[in-house]
Amino acid sequence: MTSAFRPDFEALQVSNLHAYYGESHILHGIEFEVRRGELITLLGRNGAGKTTTLRAILGLTGRRSGSVNLNGQEVIDWPTHRIAHLGVGYCPEERGIFASLSVEENLVLPPQVRSGGMSVEELYAMFPNLAERRKSQGTRLSGGEQQMLAMARILRTGANLLLLDEITEGLAPVIVQKLGDVLGALKTRGYTVILVEQNFRFAAPLADRHYVIEHGKVVECISREQLPSRMDALHQRLGV
Amino acid sequence: MDFLNIPLPAILAQLVVGLINGSFYALLSLGLAIIFGLLNIINFAHGAQYMLGAFVAWFGVQYLGVNYWAALILVPLTVGAFGMLLERTLLSRLYREDHLYGLLLTFGLALIIEGVFVQLYGVSGKPYATPESLRGALNLGFMFLPKYRAWVIVASLVVCLGSWLIIERTKLGAYLRAGTENSQLLQAFGVNVPLMITLTYGFGVALAAFAGVLAAPIFQVSPKMGSDLIIVVFAVVVIGGMGSILGSIVTGLGLGLVEGLTKVIWPQASGTVIFVIMAIVLLIRPAGLFGKEK
Ligand SMILES: Nc1ncnc2c1ncn2[C@@H]1O[C@H](COP(=O)(O)OP(=O)(O)OP(=O)(O)O)[C@@H](O)[C@H]1O
Ligand SMILES: [Mg+2]
Repeated sequence: MTSAFRPDFEALQVSNLHAYYGESHILHGIEFEVRRGELITLLGRNGAGKTTTLRAILGLTGRRSGSVNLNGQEVIDWPTHRIAHLGVGYCPEERGIFASLSVEENLVLPPQVRSGGMSVEELYAMFPNLAERRKSQGTRLSGGEQQMLAMARILRTGANLLLLDEITEGLAPVIVQKLGDVLGALKTRGYTVILVEQNFRFAAPLADRHYVIEHGKVVECISREQLPSRMDALHQRLGV
Repeated sequence: MDFLNIPLPAILAQLVVGLINGSFYALLSLGLAIIFGLLNIINFAHGAQYMLGAFVAWFGVQYLGVNYWAALILVPLTVGAFGMLLERTLLSRLYREDHLYGLLLTFGLALIIEGVFVQLYGVSGKPYATPESLRGALNLGFMFLPKYRAWVIVASLVVCLGSWLIIERTKLGAYLRAGTENSQLLQAFGVNVPLMITLTYGFGVALAAFAGVLAAPIFQVSPKMGSDLIIVVFAVVVIGGMGSILGSIVTGLGLGLVEGLTKVIWPQASGTVIFVIMAIVLLIRPAGLFGKEK
């Protein structure tokens, strides 16, 4: 694979992605790409298909078709656990903290998928609340702490493509600020990030590009440079 | 000292007998709980797999010269491997379907396995000799406890508590707990969940087979031994609540004791007391004593 040596090679390229839950056809040909080190957002109203897009990339929906190309590998037919080992970290919308595991067990649960992950000590330094509560039951944490745990546990695995689903949802402004700082730090470290976000003010300063999803399709792609002139149209699309 | 005019030694003796029965309930309901937790399947073949354990041990002595101690290791491995084969070829096709299909399939498998053994060996029991070193009895003061029965209690306690410790304290156990809660997310983290499911089913079946080997010298080896016992075990599981590991162990032992006590206090009720408790628990706490309310 000669293309793998191109520095700007897409970390992820999704084309003509269709996905179903049972008989319901949810995604209708999603197209977007993220290059290594970029942060992009998926925007859209409730029920547009943002979560489904992330889940379809990981093979967590029902039937799907089209192409999901990860670091030059076509993974549309791969089982979910193999996809993770290409360096993908997933932070689900409902956070997915395990109640039967302690904070620390949650933190070290996901297997290493690449070298170069952060150590538990580094993560505790980054999220001091987690260090204090390491022995607590995972779901005894506050909403904000659970969100930090959900982020921290995928940073330990060495994953360098992060799929983050509405990480600011329902959190206090200070915690949103904290997560913004974390994402900024991750960007400078070269992580590739796909951010599903309702909080556009949070996402805008961080993102290289925005994709707007409507009814299971990408209807608009707006780069950071185009953003000021497209702001009104975007607000209309999102209904904010 | 007497209680309800029943001599204390008689009570203690029945409690010990209850503890022996409880050991089997605990081993079997533990396996059922582990399987149900991860696979969401009520393994109706559990009784047949317990019977297979006893029969394979008997084959071992009859045809291969495998002694009891070797059987205690080899039989669970063999029957567990057979369980994994069932999981890969049959059960795995049903995970996307309603739970009812898994129940029907394992129930059907139980009928087939038992039917084949009744055909081949009839319904009468085959004796299995108690190992040399466990013959004789211990004098407990209030009763003579056959050494072999004492060993059954110890062995099943060790295996149950060992399994519980592995599940609660190790990384492997953390995978099992996480997979029980949300197997999709665990797989999204890169854990080979399909493989884990196969191994977990194999482990649950191996526990049943282990109980079968333990039972062989006590109850004789017969095709129906599983179906008789498993009905009580399902009641135990309902009382304890599906999916709680420690709950299944504690409930199994506890109900064995209750059954033993009933035998001295009101012998006629000893066969039904567990079902009466089950009915009461279902009325008051439908999710079971240790189960989580949905
Ligand atoms: N498990 C499921 N089974 C059937 N339909 C589903 C399932 N999950 C989602 N859907 C449907 O798919 C569509 C897209 O849902 P999705 O969760 O992807 O939206 P979203 O853009 O993430 O919305 P939100 O902003 O509310 O999180 C919705 O119409 C939803 O009802
Ligand atoms: Mg969503």
